[in-house]
Amino acid sequence: MTNMENILEVKNLKKNFATQKAVDNVSFDISRGSVFGMLGPNGAGKTTLLRMITGIFYPDDGTILFEGKKFDPLNDIVRIGYMPEERGLYKKMKIGEQALYLARLKGLSKSEAMDKIRYWFERMEMQSWWNKKVQDLSKGMSQKLQFVTTILHEPSLVILDEPFSGLDPVNANLIKDEIFNLAKKGSTIIFSTHRMEQVEEICDHIILINKGEKILDGSVKRVKQDFKENLFQVGFERKPDTLPDNTVFETVGTRGEHFVLKIREGYKPHDVLQYLIAQSHEVISFNEMLPSLNDIFIKLVEGTPLARQFQYIEKA
Amino acid sequence: MGKIGLIIEREYLTRVKRKSFLLTTILVPIVIIAFYAIIIAVSISGDSKVQKIAILDNAGLFDGKIEPGKDDKSGYTFIQNETEESFKTKYNREGYNIFLYIPEFSDSQPGPMKIHSQAAVNLFVKTALERKINAAIERKRLIAADIDPDIYQKIKSDIRIENIVDAGGKEKKSNTWITYMVSFAGGILIYMILLIYGTMVMRGVMEEKTNRIAEVIVSSAKPFQLMLGKIVGIGAVGLTQFAIWIVLMSLLQLFIPLLFPQFFQQLPSGDQVGAAMATQAGNSGIASAIEGLRSLPVGLILFCFIFYFIGGYLLYAALFAAIGSVVSEDQQEAQQLVFPVMMPLILGFVIMMKAVNAPDSSLAIFGSMFPLTSPIVMMGRITYGVPWWQIAISMALLVLAFLFFTWLTAKIYRTGILLYGKKVSWKEIWKWVVRKG
Repeated sequence: MTNMENILEVKNLKKNFATQKAVDNVSFDISRGSVFGMLGPNGAGKTTLLRMITGIFYPDDGTILFEGKKFDPLNDIVRIGYMPEERGLYKKMKIGEQALYLARLKGLSKSEAMDKIRYWFERMEMQSWWNKKVQDLSKGMSQKLQFVTTILHEPSLVILDEPFSGLDPVNANLIKDEIFNLAKKGSTIIFSTHRMEQVEEICDHIILINKGEKILDGSVKRVKQDFKENLFQVGFERKPDTLPDNTVFETVGTRGEHFVLKIREGYKPHDVLQYLIAQSHEVISFNEMLPSLNDIFIKLVEGTPLARQFQYIEKA
Repeated sequence: MGKIGLIIEREYLTRVKRKSFLLTTILVPIVIIAFYAIIIAVSISGDSKVQKIAILDNAGLFDGKIEPGKDDKSGYTFIQNETEESFKTKYNREGYNIFLYIPEFSDSQPGPMKIHSQAAVNLFVKTALERKINAAIERKRLIAADIDPDIYQKIKSDIRIENIVDAGGKEKKSNTWITYMVSFAGGILIYMILLIYGTMVMRGVMEEKTNRIAEVIVSSAKPFQLMLGKIVGIGAVGLTQFAIWIVLMSLLQLFIPLLFPQFFQQLPSGDQVGAAMATQAGNSGIASAIEGLRSLPVGLILFCFIFYFIGGYLLYAALFAAIGSVVSEDQQEAQQLVFPVMMPLILGFVIMMKAVNAPDSSLAIFGSMFPLTSPIVMMGRITYGVPWWQIAISMALLVLAFLFFTWLTAKIYRTGILLYGKKVSWKEIWKWVVRKG
């Protein structure tokens, strides 16, 4: 079923390297204009998956639909901007020339490319860099340049692999704002990372990949709901020493001045409140405790080696 | 402009704009021409200074008269009433550079002759003097043996054999020496081109891999486009460099006659008896070299040179590119991996050295057919005349080998450039080649 709402539909994608399954039967859809998080520990197969979506690798099996049609790397890659995790630029080439070259490789004409470069260099305060060489830039500066060259040709799909690694908070925020801006203008963003705190903030939808397989798929809100453990945090005007055992909830622990309660099967939050009020406690706060993506992530991949050694071919 | 075009343009411009490119491109011809000029300057330096030679001829060899050669600027003066010991201390004060002492001797046994001078005597002056003394002694002996020296001159024989090559219905004069030199130079030139520009391609690929730019580029262009663009771009750099070298050298060599006018004025004149050695050697050498060059199939040689330059370069550049893509950061690893590519290159060089001496040996014929050695070896054979069918087979094999190796290396390259931080074995490389898709 093709859906024009989806910019990318991946179905049963497989890629093996000799004896190792790098990507095993992964399917997901990405809706247009969303920020899509692809999570997973190191060596889960994220990069291989991204390389198939960018046409660098051919899948062994499965299909990729790009904007409703079968993905054609030759023509479609100009609509994609890919910033790989391993950043790279020509060290000895001047920055302006480099940006121009990369933009023209993406199919822009020289004058189009120049206009876009001028716009972005001004926006990112990089005008004075034009005649500098990459080897003279700091790491943060070259990251900024890398980002600009990725999105210069206004791709409809932007793929960013660990975009914030090596950035200071100021530049990280700058890039984050640009990611939101791109999404607002209709670009779709795939955001691959193993760092969860940014994902909660940025992504609409996530999938979790582990050992080449998709083990989780959903909106950030939905995933958190699915993994909630019915934990609530209660604050009292006067904190009692203990709460008696009862049928409605069990006391899991305390957190500062608050108690952490787990509601028993069959009861609802308001049953807890009713019970507490009936016990003449003065409740001043009552919040649901949703798990962080980090907790979910650790819970799901726990017990599997976090850093699977990624290799193309195992030594016989 | 297509993507390959863009890549070629970048590879070409970034290299041509470099200062080091400008420096080598301009310096190399200047150094070669300067070297050439120095050789000429040294060889004629003996003539440029007028030598005043004092001769104490106790043996009466010259009978008081000596014929200077046509271009011999030396002045000869016979000294009387002196001994070696007495004049030794005076000749310099009296304005002579050289004092030649010929002791008295019996007809059969010339005594030890000596040249006194303030500084070591120029080799050419010394040989010229020796030649004159030998001629005088010979003349004395001829007279002693009752032979008229004029009759002897008529009897004396001094022949040179001329080699006529009858290929192609036309008679051509062959000059073995010049043929040898051109073959040798052609072979070495091709060898150096393959080595220099081949390793340039390898370094370019390694740079892209270690800078991690390769993955960015292959998300915009196919790896094959990147590889081919780089090979063609660097090849164009090589052609540019050669074109500039040829133009610069031919311009610069025009200045040489201006620097040494006296040397080149003598060029048209024929044999000169008694002239200084240097002039004579230079004279006949250059004349016969020009004649020898005219005798060579220049058009064919140039065509072959360009064909084997391009064909050999494309073939080896593809191999070097594959090696560059496999190497991780380690320079030492590059040296190990490059060895299998260097082997046929060196083998070609060795066979070429044999081929210039024995151009029709089976080893030379094999070497000029086998695509990995043919660019070098064929250049070593071509001046001697190679049957056209051998050239045709050799060229066809080279083109086929180029297509085959480009297909093969593209597979290695595609996987290699995206593989970081892992040492790769030959077995794994073989798996990339046989893997489908």
